[in-house]
Amino acid sequence: MGLNLRKNIKNPDDFYQELIDMQRNMNDDEVELMNAKLILILCNHIGDQEILSEAMRLARD
Amino acid sequence: MLNTYTWPEYAYVQSDEQRNNQVKRHPAIIIGAGLIGLTAALECARHGIRSIILDDNNTVSIGSRAVCYAKRPLEILDRLGVADRMVEKGISWKVGKVFFKENLAYEFDLLPEEGHKMPAMINLQQYYCEEYLVDEVLRHSDMIDLRWKHKVISLTQHDDYTSLQVETPDGVFAMESDWLIACDGANSKTRELVHAEFTGKFFQDRFLIADVVMKANFPTERWFWFDPLFHRNQSALLHKQADDVWRLDFQMGWDTDPKEAVKPENVMPLIKAMLGSDVEFDLEWVSIYQFACRRIDNFRYGRIVFAGDAAHQVSPFGARGANTGIQDIDNLIWKLKLVMDGKASDQLLDSYNEERAFAADDNLLNSTRSTDFITPKSKGSRIFRNAVLELSKKYEFARPLVNSGRLSMPTPYIHSSLNTVDEDDFEGAMRPGTNCADAPIVVDGKDGWLLNNLGDGFTVLVFGDKPEDAVIKSGDISAKVIRIGHDIQDKAGLLNTRYDGRDGSVYLIRPDHHVAARFRKFDKNKILAALNRAVGQ
Repeated sequence: MGLNLRKNIKNPDDFYQELIDMQRNMNDDEVELMNAKLILILCNHIGDQEILSEAMRLARD
Repeated sequence: MLNTYTWPEYAYVQSDEQRNNQVKRHPAIIIGAGLIGLTAALECARHGIRSIILDDNNTVSIGSRAVCYAKRPLEILDRLGVADRMVEKGISWKVGKVFFKENLAYEFDLLPEEGHKMPAMINLQQYYCEEYLVDEVLRHSDMIDLRWKHKVISLTQHDDYTSLQVETPDGVFAMESDWLIACDGANSKTRELVHAEFTGKFFQDRFLIADVVMKANFPTERWFWFDPLFHRNQSALLHKQADDVWRLDFQMGWDTDPKEAVKPENVMPLIKAMLGSDVEFDLEWVSIYQFACRRIDNFRYGRIVFAGDAAHQVSPFGARGANTGIQDIDNLIWKLKLVMDGKASDQLLDSYNEERAFAADDNLLNSTRSTDFITPKSKGSRIFRNAVLELSKKYEFARPLVNSGRLSMPTPYIHSSLNTVDEDDFEGAMRPGTNCADAPIVVDGKDGWLLNNLGDGFTVLVFGDKPEDAVIKSGDISAKVIRIGHDIQDKAGLLNTRYDGRDGSVYLIRPDHHVAARFRKFDKNKILAALNRAVGQ
């Protein structure tokens, strides 16, 4: 199965709020570090190199 | 003076009680003749409660203010006889477009469901809505005494009434009332006088609203821009109202000088940049505001109850102010009536706080989320916001994350202590605590609508021809039995679908047309227990 680009998060507003709230009191450096960690954690969870490559291409373009 | 609207000026009349210097005790006084106060008076009249409305002004809303009216508040206003006028005058719309910079990010359609009397959403200036409500109030002058230029300056709470000092052009006089309904807006004086807490989140941003008249070819759609080329790093909104008046909304940032911003020489270039230099328009009204998302700590202070903006203030994204205020009244007045008549304990009114504070919190949550998305307050959240908008142009998954305002939907009272928890299996949305969905019906050979036929009290809605009782009674509380297929016909099968109405199914419906309980078969004892529970016993 390829990269899933359809809606996959059940409550998008809940998710987005949690993400933004978590960074509310961080400075820019802390935010960037957390984001980088988050990307790496999620990439590890996905594991599949083909999917990761496709996602990286889409994010870049 | 507007080009399209002339404010009515209502006459101040000195009351007999002031003239005769005679302190009178009234059953119910409503403070504030705005949208919510007027709605409260009409709903009181419908339930047989005489009321007096006191307002410190003598006209309707200055400026268009609340613009979008959603289906549920329209259904409530329909009971009060003003929704038809509003729908006729208002603008129906269903398509919204969201732009990021110069591109369309995504488009949504409200996709109104067929088979409802009221539309999903209309746009109408608040002054029209208030004018129609005043007209209706004046038609009920036997039940409602609307007093302009009456300003409440102090109040004292006693065990079973409140005394008020009221100022009019003829001086100050005293009044007393068994019950007080405070509908005096976001800056509620009543709230201050009872020392209630009104806390929440205050946003450090300013918004400029302008109403313009133009006959341009913009479609009847809601257009929302994030970071448009004509207004960089801010947001903007374009939405149509009646009389070819368009509502424009510009995010201005916290540093804007509010006095300077509203000057025509500063407003006009902003509007021209948005509409294009070739579009002709007249400026009707301009206002600048900052907003907060907050609510009162308790909707009830003894014999004083709060409704509308006096009880909760939200950001304008999502049209949750007026819409939710009207639903406060929907929830409040039938309870007040039962308490006034001694048919329920005054604890029933605590469920007004329970249910409407729950709804207010839901509105505040949605409103705060929209505000965080529209006006990101940190570099990190702005990057996420822009990433969502970029991705939403191409990829479906990102579109539900775009938040330019989640439009007002009623909040079901799913945890309410008045509900009887389901013990049978049901499909569909009509679980206890939910407002009843409308559906087309036939009654006495004529087409009609379910909600118009539910009446003012409790209803037992039965799918099938049993029982033979016309009324179910528990002490002083009675519920009218309506049998679907017998007393009314399910015209298009939608009642059956929406209520999962297999033969024998029973719904107990509250006077505010919310489901209190439902069962798969008619069992009088269970219905009586649910009825008692629904009145707080």
